[in-house]
Amino acid sequence: MNENTDIIIVEQLTKKFGNFTAVDHISFRVHRGEIFGFLGANGAGKTTAMKILCGLSLPTSGGGTVNGYDLCREQEKIKRHIGYMSQKFSLYADLKVWENIRLFGGIYGLSGKRIRQKSDEMLRYLNMTDLRDELVGDLPLGWKQKLAFSIALIHEPAIVFLDEPTGGVDPETRRLFWDLICETAEAGTTIFVTTHYMDEAEYCDRVSIMVDGVIADLDTPAALKQRHQAADMDAVFRKLAYQAKRE
Amino acid sequence: MGAIEVDEVSKRYGTCQALERVSLDIRAGEIYGLIGPDGAGKTSLFRILVTLLLPDSGHARVEGLDVVKDFMAIRRRIGYMPGRFSLYQDLTVAENLDFFATMFGTTVADNYENIREIYSQIEPFRDRRAGKLSGGMKQKLALCCALVHRPTVLFLDEPTTGVDAVSRKEFWNMLYRIREAGVTILVSTPYMDEASLCDRISLIQQGHIIETGTPAAIVAQYPHRLFGVSGHPAYPLLKYLRRRNDLLRCFSFGSEHHVAVAPGTIAPDELQTQIRAAGFSDATVHEIEPNIEDCFMELAKKERQKA
Repeated sequence: MNENTDIIIVEQLTKKFGNFTAVDHISFRVHRGEIFGFLGANGAGKTTAMKILCGLSLPTSGGGTVNGYDLCREQEKIKRHIGYMSQKFSLYADLKVWENIRLFGGIYGLSGKRIRQKSDEMLRYLNMTDLRDELVGDLPLGWKQKLAFSIALIHEPAIVFLDEPTGGVDPETRRLFWDLICETAEAGTTIFVTTHYMDEAEYCDRVSIMVDGVIADLDTPAALKQRHQAADMDAVFRKLAYQAKRE
Repeated sequence: MGAIEVDEVSKRYGTCQALERVSLDIRAGEIYGLIGPDGAGKTSLFRILVTLLLPDSGHARVEGLDVVKDFMAIRRRIGYMPGRFSLYQDLTVAENLDFFATMFGTTVADNYENIREIYSQIEPFRDRRAGKLSGGMKQKLALCCALVHRPTVLFLDEPTTGVDAVSRKEFWNMLYRIREAGVTILVSTPYMDEASLCDRISLIQQGHIIETGTPAAIVAQYPHRLFGVSGHPAYPLLKYLRRRNDLLRCFSFGSEHHVAVAPGTIAPDELQTQIRAAGFSDATVHEIEPNIEDCFMELAKKERQKA
């Protein structure tokens, strides 16, 4: 195992619910600094696997590390050292922009001084300084998402998990959000992202595709397209996902 | 007479103008797509058309019936699948279907032929509670419940949101078979690639219809030349393209960047030479057809400039 080059190391990870095996002996690694796409059909086991990687659920067997912390024994340390953002839950709509930053900064144990510093930095970077006293609920969706993403990074985690971050967003905002992802990756943060937009899979350095609880394939988009003789990632995904047997 | 006619409908919630003078004319037997991001007003318009919400102003008719005055008659002849899963989670598959049939004064047996093709796929799970179904099966059950009383107009509010690419393809194939039976279908989606699957579409943004037509006609009206540019590394290439001031717009579309260029300014091979000289030695540039997302971004920008 090399924790210097691989931020996620997973070996034979398995999760069973009763006699249903949601995640079935998967093994893979995520390199430090890459954008890693985690794809799969509905019900393929993506969410279950992601919950384990975020320290929210224990595997039935197998294991691994995230940023050097053990998936079975160091869940609290994992939670502290990762960032997480999903489309469904992001920020508190009835708190102001600065209050949301203050809240999440506090949750991650940053000092008051550090939070003020990060807050100024963040709002300047997002061009949102004038909006610090607005209620988050009143912001357009695109701004909300950019803010949620930046807040997920407030404690400067080495890796951030993004669960369908661009669902339902207009085409331009969706692309501007990916600019932000690429900038963040360039600055050295590892990105672990799920999406239903297959064009977004092309922006990842490597992509894994889960089918029926196992990783059906994992490689760069270019290598996947070549191996499956597909014009784009949508065709790769469909070829693999059609093999699914379970409902 | 159109199957669904919307005439200058507006709706406001407090200070939020959800719909502003929206007009649509949807023909009998077509699949009509309402395409736009979250918060564009799609659900408000659906709720007005299925008689669950009153418009502030304007008129709308479904098969000639007024959505305000004739609401009971409309309810009997339409099927509605709301965006959020709205079946009873603690009833079984068969109980949900029975319930909806009974609500419309009919039985599943009388209408079995109408739903057979879709229902047969979930019938093996007829005794499972709806809350325990997978996403794809929930969607099929919801569609069966919306079809069980043989509606002539079907309203599907974001039926494919959060559904994977394979299940989305299957769902659209089901819609084509429903259309063959003569049913008018109004469907909303935030996925722009689904626009090309509709007979006609309206693009909606912030309560305004920004364009209406067949997908092909909307694409044909795109005002610029469009080049597909690929090369490595992709993100620095995008930033390089944006720094140039002779290109109108640059956005990523999967493995390619789409670059809008004013006609007569620069040719693809010229741009390719310059990009390669700037250090992207494997870059290629070729002219491409715009897709609905290109058009949506262009029209949304024009709309913003108007405002």
